[in-house]
Amino acid sequence: MKHITIDPITRLEGHGKINIFLNDDGGVENVYFQVPELRGFEQFCVGRPVEELSQIVTKICGVCPGCHHMAAGKAADAVYGVEPPPTARKLRELFYMAHFIHSHIAHFYALAAPDFVVGPTADPAIRNIIGVIEKVGIPIGTEVLKQRRIAQEIQALIGGHQTHVVMNLPGGVRKGLTSEERDDIVKKAEGFVEFSKFSIKLFKDVVLGNETYLDIILNGPYALKIHSMGLVDDQNLVNFYDGKVRVVDTEGKELFKYGPDEYLNYIAEHVEPWSYLKFPYLKTIGWKGFEEGQESGVYQATPLSRLNVADGMATPIAQEEYEVMYKTLGGKPVHNTLAMHWARLVELIYSAEHCLELARDPDITGTELRVPLDKIPTEGVGIVEAQRGTLTHHYWTDEKGIVTKVNIVVGTTNNNAAICMSIKKAAEGLITKDTEITEGILNMIEMAFRAYDPCFSCATHSLPGQMRMELVIKDSKGKTIRSVKRK
Amino acid sequence: MKEESSQKPKLKLAIYWGAACGGCCVSVLDVHEKLLDVIAAADLVFWPIALDFKYKDVEAMPDGYIDLTLYNGAVRNSENEYLAKLLRQKSKVLVAYGSCSHMGGIPGLANFTTKEALLKRVFIDTESTVNPDKIYPQTEFEVPEGTLELPVFYNDVRTLQQVVDVDYFLPGCPPQTDRLLEVFTAIVSGAELPPPGSVVGASEKTLCDDCKRTKTENKKVKRFYRPIDVIDDGETCFLEQGIICMGPATRAGCGERCIEGNAPCRGCYGPSEASPDPGAKMLSAIATMIDSNDPEEIEKVVDAIDDPAGTFYRFSLPASILRRRII
Repeated sequence: MKHITIDPITRLEGHGKINIFLNDDGGVENVYFQVPELRGFEQFCVGRPVEELSQIVTKICGVCPGCHHMAAGKAADAVYGVEPPPTARKLRELFYMAHFIHSHIAHFYALAAPDFVVGPTADPAIRNIIGVIEKVGIPIGTEVLKQRRIAQEIQALIGGHQTHVVMNLPGGVRKGLTSEERDDIVKKAEGFVEFSKFSIKLFKDVVLGNETYLDIILNGPYALKIHSMGLVDDQNLVNFYDGKVRVVDTEGKELFKYGPDEYLNYIAEHVEPWSYLKFPYLKTIGWKGFEEGQESGVYQATPLSRLNVADGMATPIAQEEYEVMYKTLGGKPVHNTLAMHWARLVELIYSAEHCLELARDPDITGTELRVPLDKIPTEGVGIVEAQRGTLTHHYWTDEKGIVTKVNIVVGTTNNNAAICMSIKKAAEGLITKDTEITEGILNMIEMAFRAYDPCFSCATHSLPGQMRMELVIKDSKGKTIRSVKRK
Repeated sequence: MKEESSQKPKLKLAIYWGAACGGCCVSVLDVHEKLLDVIAAADLVFWPIALDFKYKDVEAMPDGYIDLTLYNGAVRNSENEYLAKLLRQKSKVLVAYGSCSHMGGIPGLANFTTKEALLKRVFIDTESTVNPDKIYPQTEFEVPEGTLELPVFYNDVRTLQQVVDVDYFLPGCPPQTDRLLEVFTAIVSGAELPPPGSVVGASEKTLCDDCKRTKTENKKVKRFYRPIDVIDDGETCFLEQGIICMGPATRAGCGERCIEGNAPCRGCYGPSEASPDPGAKMLSAIATMIDSNDPEEIEKVVDAIDDPAGTFYRFSLPASILRRRII
């Protein structure tokens, strides 16, 4: 059997390798997506004071460190049985909205836009942020870099470190905001709202307004009929910081909803011998393999699934856009993988609006930042939405608050099985007996992966590349049959 | 279009990650609008997070083809090691960029445990894992269609220097972007570089010298506190409040970003030339601070410090005199 490897996966964060096996007819026999890396936070965090974990786990990921910091902060709160005071809680959420803004801007413009604004089979040398800037113009391109910079600066202001944030302690946060700082953030948040509206309009004009791209989104080999997961508030609206985890089935009907302490009843992780990354699945259904459908335990945790599980968005402009999206795509739930890009932009608007709301909240400049810790620490779970999916941190400590055990289920990890299946489906749809396997085809297979914005997604990926790739097809005896170079 | 012969050729730049988190790549992109200046001066020839060059492309380069490689992340597995050696071969200048390649970083904490314990926790014992057949990832596995390969997971986390010759070290978790820009500008402008083996992008002074917090003459404490035990007053030196801060054992250069966030330093920029082992330095600093002459009392105060090894060697265990825990 012919074995094609794409190694490494590129234009995402983290290490990955795709293996495509072709049968003798030239069609796809099977596809395996392997994650070759592992560091072992669940082991080496043992022995550390639990309040230190908030700063250690940010090193799981340098693009979404704030997500791990928030999950860790909430888990440490739970370990001590406390809730932070309102000012602290709102400061965390304000930080968190800026964190989502930085990441969603980066993903859309740097990772998604090249495939759509420039074109999925366009010359790789321009199929990047430079090509996007050429198409949309330098003023807009500079604005993208500027808005991301502002989002990073707000995070540094509230959270200390601009990447590996330090703000959380069990029971609250270390630092407050002055009214001058708050006024500055309000102005910047108003800018975020305008920029996010502009971004979704750009998507509509350039992507949805283009018949070819719309066709790829609606009819391309990029749909997976699987269950959806996301965090919702008590109105069942999307919330990134807090709430309950809701899962709906392939028809959109609620399967269950759980609070942090119950997660082990609902999700479990499967192991395969060919990947260092585990495969979460719905425990209530069980692991049935890499299968779609109602009877499979496979689910997705993505911006699209967050919108699928929710009854709406908690801010007005985001709500309007949520309704437009579902109307256009024919109702809920949506299974088209590439619609994740659209959902991400709806979330960008929500993040901007909510950032503004929080900045205007009178509590945000309050001085009560921490509550005392007077219970013996034991065990706690913190769940947030990372940009890439539902994130769960579970810590156990001794009576001094020194960590004895850690369990973490990460955002992208939720999607491991789905990503495998999406890549396989795209490969099956794009490669058949008579297909000439061009670099455009290879990129369209990668698009199946990129929609998930897998963990470690980078900020502005902004360089003119001579994105060379060589595809070598060998027969079962290792003899090269064909070699395709993408120059 | 023919280039002017006086036009300087662009610097061929590669950025790669071993056992990393991506924060160092983000630190490069955090040049923000200056990115266009960086691109004007440099040709990126390999950077998996951003560009579609594959390992084959690096393998095909002539030796020394790359002018400057920034390698971030620790050496945790055989793939990290292979790329370290490959990039050493293909690069004129190799920089250990960030705490992980410099000293082992946070992944280096795994040197307090073993490969067996780590894999068992991740794949067998975690409460959400359902693995009744006790399956572990295999470096080679036969599926019906063919063979799948994974890198070997080593028992020890190593620094870049423990695997290949390193020309410069640019510390930090991640390096502060301004420091990167200073180093990059120096290289591109052809300025004279310090001797190979030097730390660049960081000060010879310690964090304490730059720190804006108030230092009094009173440096004696009766005990040490965890940040949860006290409310930091937001102004006074952490150590003077009895809160462990790695400032005295850590190079300046980060801009005191954690201190700005009211968090004590945890040493990501690594030790200075003068005191190359952070643990030894901190023990010495703490010893001088204890307000007692009674050896038993002193011992009690030191014993009461939680997780000293994990705190003093938070970023530097593989590079330290301890190197790893012998189990």
